[in-house]
Amino acid sequence: MESRGRVIKFGDNIDTDLIIAARYLSTADPKELAVHFMEDLDPEISKRVREGDIVVAGRNFGCGSSREHAPIAIKGAGVSCVIAESFARIFYRNSFNIGLPIIESPEASRDISDGDQIRVDYETGEITNITTGRKYSGEAYPPFIRKIIEKGGLVGYVKAGGTE
Amino acid sequence: MGMTMTQKIMAAHAGRESVAAGDFIEADLDMVLGNDITAPPAIAEFERMGSGKVFHRDRIALVPDHFAPNKDIKAAQQCKIMRDFAHSQGITNYFEIGEMGIEHALLPEKGIVVAGDAVIGADSHTCTYGALGAFSTGVGSTDMAAGMSTGKAWFKVPSAISIVLKNKPGEWVSGKDIILHIIGMIGVDGARYKSMEYSGDGVEHLSMDDRFTMANMAIEAGAKNGIFPVDQVTEDYMDGRARREWKVYGPDGDADYDQVFEIDLSKIRPTVSFPHSPDNTHTIDDIPRVGIDQVVIGSCTNGRLDDMRMAARILKGRRVAKGVRTIIFPATQEIYLQSVKEGLIQIFIEAGAIVSTPTCGPCLGGHMGILAEGEKAVSTTNRNFIGRMGHHTSQVYLASPAVAAASAVRGFISSPENLEVV
Repeated sequence: MESRGRVIKFGDNIDTDLIIAARYLSTADPKELAVHFMEDLDPEISKRVREGDIVVAGRNFGCGSSREHAPIAIKGAGVSCVIAESFARIFYRNSFNIGLPIIESPEASRDISDGDQIRVDYETGEITNITTGRKYSGEAYPPFIRKIIEKGGLVGYVKAGGTE
Repeated sequence: MGMTMTQKIMAAHAGRESVAAGDFIEADLDMVLGNDITAPPAIAEFERMGSGKVFHRDRIALVPDHFAPNKDIKAAQQCKIMRDFAHSQGITNYFEIGEMGIEHALLPEKGIVVAGDAVIGADSHTCTYGALGAFSTGVGSTDMAAGMSTGKAWFKVPSAISIVLKNKPGEWVSGKDIILHIIGMIGVDGARYKSMEYSGDGVEHLSMDDRFTMANMAIEAGAKNGIFPVDQVTEDYMDGRARREWKVYGPDGDADYDQVFEIDLSKIRPTVSFPHSPDNTHTIDDIPRVGIDQVVIGSCTNGRLDDMRMAARILKGRRVAKGVRTIIFPATQEIYLQSVKEGLIQIFIEAGAIVSTPTCGPCLGGHMGILAEGEKAVSTTNRNFIGRMGHHTSQVYLASPAVAAASAVRGFISSPENLEVV
């Protein structure tokens, strides 16, 4: 499995209030939330995001609130994967739980530019910058998280008797 | 190698002799929490899991506090989803308006969480209960759903940083100043994935309310949890409240910590976090004149009785500066009622402040005090991210109730030390 897409680049400490402001949390509908994705950072961004785009960000992506609406809004906006130097821990859990692929890769985070075309191979964790030809390695998922991914997220994991 | 306090609680809840940082475990949960924002998606996921009944009707807490009292029709629908679920599942810890308070003030007050517990909540400030000596952490809605279904959650066992508190804080320095100082020192990802474990002789000088404030903002340093040792102050607080027996854990003598910080509380100054990050801290001695439009005193961080008393101490016999909208919201009905009995509410109203029913509203820009374009607020809440309390060009300065009240009086960010207390 792989994702291939155009990069939308963000900086460090992108918080969940920026990803989706609290004033829109009266719904968890992905399409409704997607309209307001990153609105306070750039009101035009939801028009710019295309299906399959890949978010590349710096340190501590997704810090702040536990709102699962944040990864839902990202997924709803059509983003296929998020790569960051590091993720805040609740956002990290939430992303796996709802099935948004995310990868930690400091070197990719630093080297990839806005607008680059990149490819992410989820089997090997390898990230390829098609625009520049450079390759980066992403951190492999721990075996426990792999089990959750294999069951299609936490709902599937629980259904399969995962936490009995 | 010995275990940290957090690791010992995790090991006990995973039925294991020991755990080490990096282990993946599945732990039994003592309490699973959700609110009107996070519970509705959790309930939808719970239904998808096909679980039928919750694992234990007494071990789930549902609190409509964020957009409650219902701020609009959509919020009313969300609250109704949670209310209907609570009733159909027979959940005992559901708190309607009138009994409700801000979840992280309410659960300890009602004795629903106690020392030694393992707790998850679909709210990032669930880490607050670490003040009681519990392992407590925020998760998302799907984790909450799994918790409601199975009574368990998976965790990666965290490593920890040790924060040794020494000496007694000054008169105007509270738990808020200490935690802002710490976040300023280690940064908003300084404790990412880790526990923040407090110890030292300074702990005895911190009230329960100070400790709640400090554990509450562990998440603002990226931590999985913040945790305090259980002492007489903790046990006095839980005594008469606790609905279950508590258990006291402490770290092993040879517990391994990634870093150790020693903090002399007597040297901490009133501290303010400037926009737009909690780690952008300045001491009160190092602040230019910043005029303000609004002051907010309350929230899961600073809406407790100590906070109300401190605000009243400063506002007594004074008026808030003209044009500074001052909103005070006690965090629970019990705190509100006690504030009435002590005459604090009268002091607030005579000072020209307004007093709100308990709600998370203004803290997250939900309702009850939204900021307009370019407006500035001093707030005792926990986050000052872009757009947090309203328009994306508005600015939030995080501070203690003492600094917030003094700033309300003077109309710009001010030290409580510069006012003569009557």
